[in-house]
Amino acid sequence: MAARKIAPDTPELRARWGNFAFDADTKAKADTAIKRYPEGRQKSAVMPLLDLAQRQVGRETDTQGWLPLPVIEYVAEYLDVPVIRVLEVATFYTMYNLEPVGKFHVQVCGTTPCMLRGSDDIIAACKKRGMKPGHISDDGLWSFTEVECMGNCATAPMVQINDDNYEDLTPERLDKVLEALAAGETPKAGTQEPGRHTSEPANALSSLKDMVTENHDYRGEW
Amino acid sequence: MLEDKDRIFTNVYGFQPWTLDAARKRGDWDDTKALLSKAQDDIIEEIKASGLRGRGGAGFPTGMKWSFMPKESKDGRPSFLVINADESEPGSCKDREIIRHDPHKLIEGALCAGYAMRARAAYIYIRGEYIREAETLQAAIDEAYEAGLIGNNASGTGYDFDVFLHRGAGAYICGEETAMIESLEGKKGQPRLKPPFPAGAGLYGCPTTVNNVESIAVVPTILRRGASWFSSFGREGNKGTKLFQISGHVEKPCVVEEAMSITFEELIEKHCGGIRGGWDNLLAVIPGGSSVPLVPAEQIRHAHMDFDGLKELGSGLGTAGVIVMDKSTDIVRAISRLSYFYKHESCGQCTPCREGTGWMWRVMTRLETGDANVEEIDMLYNVTKQVEGHTICALGDAAAWPIQGLLKHFRPEIERRIAERHGAVAEAAE
Repeated sequence: MAARKIAPDTPELRARWGNFAFDADTKAKADTAIKRYPEGRQKSAVMPLLDLAQRQVGRETDTQGWLPLPVIEYVAEYLDVPVIRVLEVATFYTMYNLEPVGKFHVQVCGTTPCMLRGSDDIIAACKKRGMKPGHISDDGLWSFTEVECMGNCATAPMVQINDDNYEDLTPERLDKVLEALAAGETPKAGTQEPGRHTSEPANALSSLKDMVTENHDYRGEW
Repeated sequence: MLEDKDRIFTNVYGFQPWTLDAARKRGDWDDTKALLSKAQDDIIEEIKASGLRGRGGAGFPTGMKWSFMPKESKDGRPSFLVINADESEPGSCKDREIIRHDPHKLIEGALCAGYAMRARAAYIYIRGEYIREAETLQAAIDEAYEAGLIGNNASGTGYDFDVFLHRGAGAYICGEETAMIESLEGKKGQPRLKPPFPAGAGLYGCPTTVNNVESIAVVPTILRRGASWFSSFGREGNKGTKLFQISGHVEKPCVVEEAMSITFEELIEKHCGGIRGGWDNLLAVIPGGSSVPLVPAEQIRHAHMDFDGLKELGSGLGTAGVIVMDKSTDIVRAISRLSYFYKHESCGQCTPCREGTGWMWRVMTRLETGDANVEEIDMLYNVTKQVEGHTICALGDAAAWPIQGLLKHFRPEIERRIAERHGAVAEAAE
């Protein structure tokens, strides 16, 4: 099990987050999410609501966001369920940050398929830049976590930074991505391999060649 | 080699847009009403006849699974289809390509499958880390609603069917069907004891079938081209086409749709540009995602990549996430890293798994460096046997099998490391 604890409930935490409430944008999205589940099953929406809450905290703090206890309590109240039911969900799922993170949460996949393609070098490159687990860089920009398989195995190694994946990495390619982010730019997401589109054999397409240039309809050949 | 005209996922690489308009030009949503003009049981029979086995790893016959659903609701409970898009098995990355590049195949499949099993709605449970993929899928669902393809009177069939997307938040265990149902209900993803099986009491206590994304997304094409077309690929009991995902030490890692039962050698040579450093440099292969035991080089080369072919080798097809390892691989570390994965992902509910996965990982880290006694190899094996089969869900088994595979095929390597370490320690002491 991943050992996960919530941040201590301090007067400072209460002072900062005690008045948390969904803004108009979050509220609209939360109410849409609740409607996806049958009448009386609003508790099903606890996961989308925690995600929305974390994102709002992120916008308010210019980070990826996290879940202070008063925010978790707010979500429980919003759904009219006991706080413990929300708290246990928040601590169970690893995408909910239980402590503050930086503006960019650098999540490097280190599981075997990525390891075989060089994730050790990617992790080393992050460490060389001063990133380490559970630590925010002094400029407030970077947090680092080694995560488990992200499902990008055919384009390994990879890193997920906030909402985007950067795949087919080398330390040099990672540097370029991080530098672009630090400069406020939006680097191209997905594979960083020149000439590669997504998960096809790089620069050696072995099937479906007709699809490259036109939206080919194969039904005529059935 | 499978011809392009027989590939189901023609936009798997996303060279063309995923949108409804583009998907229709490729043949999706083409008179879906006609597909659903057949009786529900006839559709189930067609899927049974196609030989489709579940693509999520276990390979249970899909049509048979659907037939377990109630034909009518005696007590007013609705039925649900839950689509497993929680692709988290190390080595697996196929559903992602379907979701972000061919989402309409999945949504149309959800309607067809939902109709056949008389479901009221489908919930697609997508792993939380697939953020952009979820955005695409939600946009595709919205398009399908807008066009009247799903929702009330879906595709003009008179049948009401909703499709909802639910995002996970980073828990491998939610790929287990009952953990997924718990998670959908807004709880921790801890598996349920079976029975009752989901087909009797699943989501919200209602009859539920959980199917993998690929199993559902191939359904419309099977219905259009017929069961005999689909079953013309692959060996007996292993029919159809399949998305293979090849990662690790090949020249060109990729996702590719191929006929079932293709040999490993053909798969690698045709699509992956060969093994890095040539066939003599191949050490071992994990052929079906991290949960299945590894197969040494000499056994895998001519093996048929299907359920039965890999079972004969003491492994399995799983999700067809093929992890290739050449001779530069530290094989003990490669498996030890998987042990860490299972330790991290154990939900903590059953003691053998919660404690066992951590224990096995700690021993594995010592075997990596040889900092162990030879007797501990057997002890580790015994512990894997005590975890395997003694937990509510298969995560305990999945944590045990890779280690068992390693001990079976690479015991001399582990012993060598222990001997070498002991030698070094003795030397240092002198």
